[in-house]
Amino acid sequence: MAVTVKTFTSASEAAGALSSDRSARYLGGGTLVMRALNEGDVSISTVVRTQDQALSRIDASGPRITLGAGVTFARVLAERDLAFLHAPARSIGGPAVRNMGTIGGNLFAQNPYGDFTVALLALDATVTVAGGFGARDVPIEEFLQGRERQTGTLVLSVSCTRPANSEAFRYRKIARIKPKGGSVITLAAHLPLSGGRIAGARVALGSMAPTQIRARAAERALEGRAPDAATIAAAASAVTEGTSPSDNALGSAWYRREIVGVHLRRLLSGQE
Amino acid sequence: MSKIPLQFRHNGRDVAIFVDGGTNLLVALRELIGDMTPKFGCGQGGCGTCSVLVDGELHLSCLTLAETVAGRTIETLDGMKQGPNLHPLQRAFADNFAAQCGYCTPGMLMAAKALLDRNPSPSRDEVVEAISGNICRCTGYEPIINAILAAAGGRVSA
Repeated sequence: MAVTVKTFTSASEAAGALSSDRSARYLGGGTLVMRALNEGDVSISTVVRTQDQALSRIDASGPRITLGAGVTFARVLAERDLAFLHAPARSIGGPAVRNMGTIGGNLFAQNPYGDFTVALLALDATVTVAGGFGARDVPIEEFLQGRERQTGTLVLSVSCTRPANSEAFRYRKIARIKPKGGSVITLAAHLPLSGGRIAGARVALGSMAPTQIRARAAERALEGRAPDAATIAAAASAVTEGTSPSDNALGSAWYRREIVGVHLRRLLSGQE
Repeated sequence: MSKIPLQFRHNGRDVAIFVDGGTNLLVALRELIGDMTPKFGCGQGGCGTCSVLVDGELHLSCLTLAETVAGRTIETLDGMKQGPNLHPLQRAFADNFAAQCGYCTPGMLMAAKALLDRNPSPSRDEVVEAISGNICRCTGYEPIINAILAAAGGRVSA
């Protein structure tokens, strides 16, 4: 079925077109929307796109980094200042998908995809969306909780604070096919240290619930403690609390619950 | 619904076509231009056999909205051979038994070309990474990896 494609020069015009038409979807890199069209998704009758250069901007020079929603994973990988995001970017797709798929689109990717968003959730990112009167900042966790209602929202950019060092931020995607495959589970942890103790623990999980979620019980087990074996073991045993994984072709819900603690322990103790 | 006029460069030649809204680049290439080298596999971005180069970058044509390539340069396998001679990658694929049923071969060759255009002497790991978005159900990948390494090492008589 043919759809109407509307192309706008500015993101704000595109946002207006999106919010006024429930059957409109924003086309970023195409890996989600074109796939839906190829599968004959009749709920999409309009595709909105914009050539606004602001959406492909990267600001990675300072302590707080901002990525335009249209920035591709290949561009993240080409940016030396974004080294802390290279592991999540590299874990997505093959080279063609990384040349096309975008940071903004990943926020909407359903299981077993959306791995980059797991990393952003652990980094307490802020999602900037186009609102009725200019831009509005939404904490990423709040954005994800309301994701089903966000189809008419245009994401402009995502920003987060750079981790203090490479030890403080860790990421791992468990896949059956290497180097490319959908996620069995995805884990990201941001554990800043203050005086030898963890201050502001963040543990985020992918494929453990309908959207990417924070493992709050694991965070509580880590908070205020030294990252030793006992602390890590306590976090690993608490990590399934509040999760609701599903069965899919890559793994069962039972399997996911069984392995998530094992992988969290390995991730936090630096084991392969 | 009205058709959308679209012009781009296809294997060194300017083409102009009319597409329906929502048409993907793979359909435009195969049905409107007659270039049957990019294949339809999954339509989901999982198999890689529709891979083409857009301005030298590897893209999946089935997930590319045709009108987004207006004014850009598209390369497909159809443009790879050099006159009557096979491209060194094509020769290496033949010499190393890297094609069996052949359905993945157009995508594999484009992924390999995207790699070698940027990195003429890749490591084995880099080759594996470069074709990681392309599925082959016949060869077990080893002959394909060997073929790409042979082409990169100049151990092929084109």
